[in-house]
Amino acid sequence: MHFAVSDFLSDIVQNSIEAGSSSVMVEYLEGDGRLEVYISDNGKGMDAATVERVKDPFYTGGHKHEGRKVGLGIPFLIQAAEAAGGEFDIKSEPGYGTSVYFSFDLTHIDCPPRGNLPSAFLSMMLFPGDYELGIRRKKDASEYSVQRSELVETLGNLEDVDSVLLARQYLTSLEEE
Amino acid sequence: MGKMTLEELRKLREEKKKVVEKRDVSDKDVVIIVGMGTCGIAAGAKQTLDAFLDELDKRDIHNVVVKQTGCMGFCANEPTVEVKKPGMPDIVYGRVDDKIARKIVDRHIIQSRLVNEHVFDKPSTDIVG
Ligand code: FES
Repeated sequence: MHFAVSDFLSDIVQNSIEAGSSSVMVEYLEGDGRLEVYISDNGKGMDAATVERVKDPFYTGGHKHEGRKVGLGIPFLIQAAEAAGGEFDIKSEPGYGTSVYFSFDLTHIDCPPRGNLPSAFLSMMLFPGDYELGIRRKKDASEYSVQRSELVETLGNLEDVDSVLLARQYLTSLEEE
Repeated sequence: MGKMTLEELRKLREEKKKVVEKRDVSDKDVVIIVGMGTCGIAAGAKQTLDAFLDELDKRDIHNVVVKQTGCMGFCANEPTVEVKKPGMPDIVYGRVDDKIARKIVDRHIIQSRLVNEHVFDKPSTDIVG
């Protein structure tokens, strides 16, 4: 397994969407050699016992694969964050949603590579369904935000290869100075 | 180039639409579904998606719908990609890296021939049933 920081992020957002969230909010804040990421959703949430289990690498969920995937990414993230001077936290309430926080010390020698942020953002936008995804990105003094709904509104949809290519071009441009 | 605004994005969209509409696009839509389960991501599914987008762009192919799905249940063969093309059977390809993605565009989507070595039809045994 080779996870970049942006892979952890898209993995968690995917959990949110699969938990039936109609709205997911992501903050990706970078500065002073530190990265802090907040993800909160209004999905179906988990009770305390389930939260404990998703941190366990051997949790395989109830049936088939739905549970295993949730169990796969988070233990790796916890391990990676702890190895790189970072933190991990998850709070969840059944019926209300889940929020996840993680951070990395970007100057730490064991910090995973950051990965390609625009393609992670793009991938988070492309899941089927009618969910809102808000991204707030901050890097030192500069900042931008994107909403999935405004992309869909501007491009007509996020399925045609032409729309997807334009969305990618747009998200990539936002990372420029 | 700098940051694009939504207005600029809208304009690009309009321009592209005009160009595409001028052509005779009688072909029915091809659908590409990239599996983005946790292990798909770890195996490079995002790079696979990027490779498809690049290649379709390069070859000026527009009648394609690109979708993403969560885990397809094929851990050991990630990244997995399903391709649906009218007139051809729906095919799941396994171990689709950058190079294979480009090959699928060339052979399957353009020439309507299968990329046999990567056709995949069995889910991992531990999750069947
Ligand atoms: S996460 Fe690997 S097949 Fe589902």
